[in-house]
Amino acid sequence: MGMTMTQKILARHAGLDHVVPGQLVEGKLDLVLGNDITTPVAISEFNKAGLTRVFDREKIALVLDHYTPCKDIKAAQLCAQVREFAQKYEITHFYDVGCMGVEHALLPEKGLTAPGECMIGADSHTCTYGAVGMFSTGVGSTDMAAGMATGLAWFRIPAAVKVTLKGKLQPCVSGKDVILHLIGTIGVDGALYKSLEFAGEGVGSLSMDDRFTIANMAIEAGAKNGIFPVDGRTRAYLEGRVTRPWQAVEADPDAEYEREVVIDLDQLQPTVALPHLPSNTRTVDQVAGTHIDQVVIGSCTNGRLEDLRQAAAVLKGRRVAKGVRCIVIPATQQITLDAMAEGLIQTFIQAGCAVSTPTCGPCLGGHMGVLSDGERAISTTNRNFVGRMGPVTSEIILANPAVAAASAVAGCVADPRTL
Amino acid sequence: MKVYKYGDNVDTDVIIPARYLNAPDEKSLACHCMEDIDAGFASTVEKGDIVVAGANFGCGSSREHAPLALKACGVKCVIAPSFARIFYRNAINIGFPILECAQASREIRAGDQVSVDFATGRITDETTGKTYQAAPFPEFVGNIIESGGLLKSLKDRGVAR
Repeated sequence: MGMTMTQKILARHAGLDHVVPGQLVEGKLDLVLGNDITTPVAISEFNKAGLTRVFDREKIALVLDHYTPCKDIKAAQLCAQVREFAQKYEITHFYDVGCMGVEHALLPEKGLTAPGECMIGADSHTCTYGAVGMFSTGVGSTDMAAGMATGLAWFRIPAAVKVTLKGKLQPCVSGKDVILHLIGTIGVDGALYKSLEFAGEGVGSLSMDDRFTIANMAIEAGAKNGIFPVDGRTRAYLEGRVTRPWQAVEADPDAEYEREVVIDLDQLQPTVALPHLPSNTRTVDQVAGTHIDQVVIGSCTNGRLEDLRQAAAVLKGRRVAKGVRCIVIPATQQITLDAMAEGLIQTFIQAGCAVSTPTCGPCLGGHMGVLSDGERAISTTNRNFVGRMGPVTSEIILANPAVAAASAVAGCVADPRTL
Repeated sequence: MKVYKYGDNVDTDVIIPARYLNAPDEKSLACHCMEDIDAGFASTVEKGDIVVAGANFGCGSSREHAPLALKACGVKCVIAPSFARIFYRNAINIGFPILECAQASREIRAGDQVSVDFATGRITDETTGKTYQAAPFPEFVGNIIESGGLLKSLKDRGVAR
């Protein structure tokens, strides 16, 4: 029996020729990631266990992005703990305010992720990097502590769901709609413990930013990871970013998949997820007119340059509706600079949006856009769970950046194609 | 050992909302555990109580604060048909018992008195007299639990220093 991309990468990192689903292996890690919420707990476990060294200071990335710039004293104390640890162990890839970005946008930009590699991150959206053809998965703080100390992690080899993409995305439809449609089809545990392996001729038409968005939300279907084949677009993206040698893997022709889902990109409509699960999907026309109070455009899901371009294209020459607050958060400093050079930031501010420094803030109800009782946001983020962005009575509708921007202008959920 | 019962897809945002993650000490996490799904939980839960829930328990964020909060509340274990994979790892890594058993999850009612034998995976509903058998842990995972958590097991093996 052949192996999937994920199985091949895990086999290689476990020093094995062949692995099968269900097998437990210990794999060597190329990178261990943590943020300002999960790293302090990892440091505490690291210290409690009496550990005194990290496996490789160049293979650990610490990004202060969730509650930063620090929202309160407690958050500042967490960041101080991470800063101190980074200094003590001379962590090369430590990103503090001023150079940090939303971690899953930042790491690929900095060239820390490459095809065929294997990493863990103490953040559930670590699965984002499957977009470049590597294995990456979210873990908790104890796994992170163990990874920092040993460079190893235990994995159960996942079975796979193959997602075959056909055709090409239509205007105002993007990677977000692909993944929301998929989660709506298979459910929030439709890929539980499994890998989502994207394939088919439709992959070639997807930009890297689309692929990052799709892989990012693999976890929202319960998946261990989501992974894309490496093609010319991947290579072009890596050029000048990744200088170390890397080796792409391809799925075997006889690799086994538990299930195959086919998505026709030509037919895909702008899709939203209503409260309170990412699987609660509708096409935007079905819910157009739904009242909103706030719009958030940003996050590790949709805070990249192409996302901002799509939002700006809708907002250019228009105004955010009275009574609606629109918050735009470019995911990294570089994305902010690029957006400025293209005039996107000016478009946002002229339209009446608030533009912020990079932060995860509102996505998790941390800061920079928390909702009040009974308020509803349309957001390009990844989760619409109860209480995620505010009190339990607040609501979140997930959408792509063009739909979010159109809704900001209309003052209610709106289809950008008919604005 | 009374049971608290919840439905499918209990996510980590309701187990411990992100607004409390800036204070990751056990006492503070315990005060707010399950607050957004069951406001009375933290004030009524007693040491040894059990959470029985539906499928995909612990979905969402990777926050280890979620199993830590349940453990800090005195919850003895969670019984569900399936767990989200990061929650599953985290619970094992911190030595917080979780049991996969669809039938027990379906049949045990809120408020029932339930006892659990972790060595055998046997679950007994003392209120109804019915017993259930949870899926056993793979050996590798059992060893982590037996060592008292992931870091201890790595130190025992000499791979972490």
